[in-house]
Amino acid sequence: MSADLEQFYEVFFEESSELLAEMEACLLGLDVNSPSTEDLNAIFRAAHSIKGGAGTFGFTDMTEMTHMLETLLDRLRKGELKVRSEMVDAFLRAGDVIKDQLAGHRGDGAADPIVVGEVSNELQRFSEESADVTAVDHVSNASQAVCIDELRQSAGIVAIERPAATENLQHAVYQIEFSTIGLSDESKENLFFNLKQQGSVEAHPQSVDNEVCRMYLTTSVPEEDIWETLAFAVNPAHLKIEKCTEVGGYQAGTFAVATTEAVNDSVPHIEAKPSSSAETDSAPYGFFSGAPAAPQEFVQQTQSESDQSSNAADQINSVASSNLNAKAVASVETNSIRVSIGKVDQMINLVGELVITQAMLAQTASEIDPVISEKLQSGMSHLERNTRDLQEAVMSIRMLPMSFVFSRYPRVVRDLAAKLNKKVELKTVGEGTELDKGLIEKIADPLTHLVRNSLDHGIELPEKRIAAGKLAKGTITLRAFQQGGSIVIEVGDDGAGLNREKILAKARERGLQVRDDMPDQEVWMLIFEAGFSTADKVTDVSGRGVGMDVVKRNIQSMGGRVEVNSVYGVGTRITIRLPLTLAILDGLSVTVGDQMFIVPLTYITESLQPSENDIRTISGRGRVVQVRGEYLPVIALYEAFNIRPKSTEIKDGILVILDADGHKAAMLVDELVGQHQVVIKSLESNYRRVHGVSGATIMGDGKVALILDTTGLVMSTQ
Amino acid sequence: MSQQQSAAMTSAVNPASEAAPRQLNEFLTFRLGNEEYGIDILKVQEIRGYDNEAITQIANSPDFIKGVVNLRGIIVPIIDMRIKFRLGNAEYDQFTVVIILNVGGRVMGIVVDGVSDVISLDMEHVRPTPEFGSIIDTKYITGLGTIDERMLILVDIERLMASEDMGLVNQVLN
Repeated sequence: MSADLEQFYEVFFEESSELLAEMEACLLGLDVNSPSTEDLNAIFRAAHSIKGGAGTFGFTDMTEMTHMLETLLDRLRKGELKVRSEMVDAFLRAGDVIKDQLAGHRGDGAADPIVVGEVSNELQRFSEESADVTAVDHVSNASQAVCIDELRQSAGIVAIERPAATENLQHAVYQIEFSTIGLSDESKENLFFNLKQQGSVEAHPQSVDNEVCRMYLTTSVPEEDIWETLAFAVNPAHLKIEKCTEVGGYQAGTFAVATTEAVNDSVPHIEAKPSSSAETDSAPYGFFSGAPAAPQEFVQQTQSESDQSSNAADQINSVASSNLNAKAVASVETNSIRVSIGKVDQMINLVGELVITQAMLAQTASEIDPVISEKLQSGMSHLERNTRDLQEAVMSIRMLPMSFVFSRYPRVVRDLAAKLNKKVELKTVGEGTELDKGLIEKIADPLTHLVRNSLDHGIELPEKRIAAGKLAKGTITLRAFQQGGSIVIEVGDDGAGLNREKILAKARERGLQVRDDMPDQEVWMLIFEAGFSTADKVTDVSGRGVGMDVVKRNIQSMGGRVEVNSVYGVGTRITIRLPLTLAILDGLSVTVGDQMFIVPLTYITESLQPSENDIRTISGRGRVVQVRGEYLPVIALYEAFNIRPKSTEIKDGILVILDADGHKAAMLVDELVGQHQVVIKSLESNYRRVHGVSGATIMGDGKVALILDTTGLVMSTQ
Repeated sequence: MSQQQSAAMTSAVNPASEAAPRQLNEFLTFRLGNEEYGIDILKVQEIRGYDNEAITQIANSPDFIKGVVNLRGIIVPIIDMRIKFRLGNAEYDQFTVVIILNVGGRVMGIVVDGVSDVISLDMEHVRPTPEFGSIIDTKYITGLGTIDERMLILVDIERLMASEDMGLVNQVLN
């Protein structure tokens, strides 16, 4: 799975860089004296999106940083705290740290752990500013721990970057250290029980005092899992897990931590574990010892502070540089380039022009005597084939299978389910459905939000599910399929369903206009209001009420729609409808008078020449036509578009039977011309929206033809 | 394609050549009926011949909007300024040209009775507009310039095209 995810790293890096840039721009433009909520929301959303992405890829250091950012921003947004210029400074620095962390994951430099610690301290201080004064002592403890934690993680980047390594089913020894403040005896026992299930637990030789508990755990379970087991019971800020025996970043990590902990801990750390040193000594030593190593300054610092033997320092050095080498290798391998959609569109336009030119040349060439122009003719047919191939190839750049997006989610679901202590199975259906690349990129974020929401709010805890007579394991279904001219993506869960009363109550609390007799559909749509959340408490998963409004906004910006279906106690299904592609459409060209129109093929059920007997009028004006026992309203295109047709009589024309979302109508045209694949062009980019027209295209002769807005036309008759 | 063939007058227009010490602005001048107008040359993308065949009409649009054309793959609306401002007869002859404008990122074409010249005007010699005198609302006129005894009406084409009067832009955003 980790290999699958790696192909999306680049996209995530790019996206995050963009989001960071956006966040910085917002921050810089923020008026400290009267900050606009819109700006704060924008910054918040950027942080939230980065957090979501980082969570998907397991970049915990970034998740933690952005979470802290978010906590503070959330309070600012709600007006609980006043924005001050120091905060903006802190935000900017936090942005820089995230940038560094991002660069670290990219394999190019690393975040300075000292700065990380400082910034997270600062953020923590701001967000806890108005908190209880008695908590001050606790706070400083916590932030120190966080700082150390950050250090550990940034030094341990390499191990995170190569999830494959941690997923090895080798036994490893971890040193676990956590604060027992605030833990009841019962929960301690529980914790030990859980740990023992994962492997064998040994007490740390120089450990136990009253507040800090240290131990060794030998296990085959990856570190994340241990982390999750413990984080469930212990405040993660007071929790440290270090891997002792495996060669790699964690050794270096131990040292980095040791530096900040300064005098007391670092020496025993190394000396207490001679066995691990012996193990790590062999392979990397000597291979890389000459290579330059970025973490060297730490190492040297450690060295001077703890007065280590040169042998040990060398060993660390070699470990560190082997990490660096691994990074360098990783960063070289990128086999895709990110090209702006604008460039691809330009290519599509140019190829379209080329096809038209080619058709024109072929027309001219065919008029020349074939005896003279034999070579020309064969050249022309080559040209034709090549231009078609080229056109197809260019078009296919934009189309990608849904699996590109769907493959992100197993990891998200697995991690989140473990974190929330829920049992969830993810089913994906229709990964092969192809979607325009522009849409694929934009749909990923909203889908992540929806999946996380389903998991957090939808699926209940196993006990609850069993009590409700369901299977303990919940199911989240991601489904993609094509329906008519749209792609439908569904996120469904068999969880608790939406609670109508709760949503209405919350809406009233927020001063939204609601009535008790609102239809369910409208009630469900309330969840897309900005800042709307029915979650009782804020977690780092969801509940802040950000997200759903972003989801809706993103989908609307893609020209799509969102629908919610939910039955209380049974489950929720969120349906996203997107246009198939922004680029191409299968259409039937029809003429009315001297004008040509394109009717999207997906809406056409049949076309027929009506007989006079089938045509009826209603109160002398509205005309209906009987088709197989159904009376369909007639839309005369010449009326709708004020064109002089060849004939106004229905019997002289052709009726195209349209079916738009279950509503049927018969459209009267003069003639059917042919079926085409047309490139959709926007009318609105240079003009405005025209009623009854959804876009335009360029025909083979270079003329513009309008594409009919079938749904709009059909609906106007209902 | 026929459109491009007939676009004999297509010409690339250079942006203002060099920064003059005084404020010298360059204007493209064109005729509408008997009046002569000038627009900022930097707003002009190109000039094409008028080709009625290439225009696709748009239903239920005001009469001054002739329709849309395909300009190398983008759909561009064509506005007949003579009909819009009721200046002279909207006749289409060999002098009738379409000025393709690029204003605020939008591309559009205006039909005029012929382009005359590109002139440089010292902004000091531009006089303010009297409160009457033109069919164009004076708020779209930056001033009146003089060249060789002729009067030139300088139009703020960007504002004019974005205005509600033209109906080119969706006024109610949804």
